[in-house]
Amino acid sequence: MSVTVATRAEVCVVACAEAFRGDGEILAAGIGGAITVLAARLARLTFEPDLITHDGVCLLTGDVPALGESPEVVEGWLPFRDHLWLVLNGRRHVMLGAGQIDRYGNSNISCIGDWSRPKSQLLGVRGVPGNTVCCPTSYWIPRHSTRVFVPRVDMVSGIGHDRAAEAGPSAHRHHDLRRVVTDLAVLDFQSPDHSMRLASVHPGVTVDEVVSATGFPLAVTGDVPETRQPTGEELRVLREILDPGSLRDREIPA
Amino acid sequence: MSVEEVVGSLHSGMTIGIGGWGSRRKPMALVRAICRSSLEDLTVVSYGGADVGLLCAYGKVARVVAPFVSLDSIPLEPHFRTARQTGTVEFTEYDESMFMFGLLAAAHRLPFLPTRAGLGSDVMRVNPELRTVRSPYAGGEELVAVPALTLDVALVHLNRADQRGNAQYLGPDPYFDDLYAKAAERCYVSCERVVDTADLLKEGPVQSLLISRSMVTGVVETPGGAHFTTCEPDYGRDEAFQKAYASAATGPETWRAFTGRYLSGDEAAYQEAVRQFREES
Repeated sequence: MSVTVATRAEVCVVACAEAFRGDGEILAAGIGGAITVLAARLARLTFEPDLITHDGVCLLTGDVPALGESPEVVEGWLPFRDHLWLVLNGRRHVMLGAGQIDRYGNSNISCIGDWSRPKSQLLGVRGVPGNTVCCPTSYWIPRHSTRVFVPRVDMVSGIGHDRAAEAGPSAHRHHDLRRVVTDLAVLDFQSPDHSMRLASVHPGVTVDEVVSATGFPLAVTGDVPETRQPTGEELRVLREILDPGSLRDREIPA
Repeated sequence: MSVEEVVGSLHSGMTIGIGGWGSRRKPMALVRAICRSSLEDLTVVSYGGADVGLLCAYGKVARVVAPFVSLDSIPLEPHFRTARQTGTVEFTEYDESMFMFGLLAAAHRLPFLPTRAGLGSDVMRVNPELRTVRSPYAGGEELVAVPALTLDVALVHLNRADQRGNAQYLGPDPYFDDLYAKAAERCYVSCERVVDTADLLKEGPVQSLLISRSMVTGVVETPGGAHFTTCEPDYGRDEAFQKAYASAATGPETWRAFTGRYLSGDEAAYQEAVRQFREES
């Protein structure tokens, strides 16, 4: 297959994979959908070979199978009880989703509206409170919009920088919020007050587009760089090995 | 025992823990039997799935204690959503590991166990009875004191069990079924097949013997008793049926038709109706 220009989905996979750079021998966990799972596997097959990846159920895979395929080699077992231990132990970097997220990275997957009688009940907080105070956390938001990027989330499931600081040393000690990747941009918290900063815009996206799709003031400093393009090798691994069925395009249409 | 005998030993107002996880290895035959009973005002403690949804749909639940309610392949449980959005159930919403520590505390007869999970989140706001505790050791960390989730009864579904209650899982994950059993005053095990004690190790290693008879009050054989949730390796999730369940929940008419067809008779009638559903699809 000839390597042509990367699609938006491929740029997003690589931007998510970059979140795992430098993580070493910890579990890289993508929650739901194709993009984050591909990101963990791509990072492992290219620049972060020591990463641990799983099959989405309870097997740690010795090889790195294509999306939807079972591993041929299994190197470990991670039933839910050990998964919960691993979260608290911290040797896991998870890429979570969120129905809402605010400027300090507080996130919500629980419900929309007043908690006591929500307009829309979503999943519940799941393990997100523990995740965010105990292990490295990033987010993947496939539709960057003011519906998701809100001034205030309705139910704080994942805790952001301001809440971690307020809750004291025990909540703060292992709090490690890394980055938020969307279909438009990469955001981080490298601003003076740890509020969300525009780190890069994806090729073809303008700073104004990102700012207007964000429901709170975004820290924008100087010339915002462009999110890096996938390398030829990354595109080959993605297209030929990990996702020959192009499931990534269903999540982020070209 | 029969499912009717198990459910006949329960009382309204009880706190019932239900094993499995999401839409995986749920004791659905026992849940269906509760739906047919006159029980009400239950507190249901669960890593929730169709168990919570169905009990809410039948008006059996006063309070849900859970970190989530999900059908896995269908992320949101429709009946639980309706119950929350119409305010018909109370909700104790915990983080997944807070929930585990609550069961662990109960299993170890402790009043609480400390954890970092929950700190700084709105779990503390919506559960104002939660307290923190300061470590008496160096550092003096302030941690969430998760109260024991002591259960009146635990209901779990395993692959195999003997008549005395030694129960075995053969699938990929034990979930927390042993912990529910240990956190409860009584535990009832439903299983795909009751076997002789001597045959337990013919299908799985000794590590698959998850629950000891000392923790079990009664055993009931219910083939297909986890349907439509997973019960690997005996069967996977019946995705087509789960889809039918979820789409039926969208309106009162379709739900009436669904319950009329599948849930108006006993467990044998349910299994027969499911067999016919499979033939048609």
